[in-house]
Amino acid sequence: MIAAIDYAVIVASLAYAGWAAVAALLNRPPREPFVIGAGVVEALILLQVVVAIVMMAVEGTPESTATFVGYLLMTVIILPLGLFWALAEKSRWGTAVLMVAALVIPVLVVRLQQIWVATPS
Amino acid sequence: MTGPSADAGGSAPARTSGPGRLLVAVYGVFALSASARAGVQIATSFDQAPLAYLLSAFAAVVYIVATVSLARAGTTARRIALAACTVELAGVLAVGTVTAVDPGDFPDDTVWSLFGRGYGFVPLVLPVLGLLWLRYGGRRVPG
Repeated sequence: MIAAIDYAVIVASLAYAGWAAVAALLNRPPREPFVIGAGVVEALILLQVVVAIVMMAVEGTPESTATFVGYLLMTVIILPLGLFWALAEKSRWGTAVLMVAALVIPVLVVRLQQIWVATPS
Repeated sequence: MTGPSADAGGSAPARTSGPGRLLVAVYGVFALSASARAGVQIATSFDQAPLAYLLSAFAAVVYIVATVSLARAGTTARRIALAACTVELAGVLAVGTVTAVDPGDFPDDTVWSLFGRGYGFVPLVLPVLGLLWLRYGGRRVPG
């Protein structure tokens, strides 16, 4: 885990969640910009996953490898799933779904960091 | 029994539109994380706390059933969703009370421990919202 990438993912997903929250409050349905935004966040997440895999190969896996890999997988799928579920709802509630999906990501990243730090080297 | 489209309320899947969309999404998050958590617990360290981990698995199943049944149209799905939300509420109240009084039986946390404190008490609020939505939501026929 590289702190800079972790924080980039956290900041990006929080920004995305904030954007979705404002749009939901303003009664806006999820539109194309949200798909592009999700793509940006997802790209950062994929970068983080690749880095994590490389670091596991080089430095060894964390103590609770299964949990770590599970959280990694969840970070990858949560936003696409959220988009899939949100885009079919042409109201503010679709946008709210995107906010919830994006808010899960920082939680997962913090848990990933905790597990990674606990690694005996 | 006729098809769900023959219902008096019209053919629109009212339960997953509007706020229901968000509710199912939150349930989905919990279904996903609870099953992942239970899977890892049971696969790696089942011996340490079999009761807590079996409970985790049970909670995961309840969340999955609730998510799927809330997302589906029809009266059968509605009944299943009602049952799942009720079991969920009973579960979080029972496990929450037991863990608050005597944590001895639960050496490791579950989703429902201490009324779901580890998850921002969302597990306590979610079944209530689910039941309210099943009771009052999606009833208004649009137009």
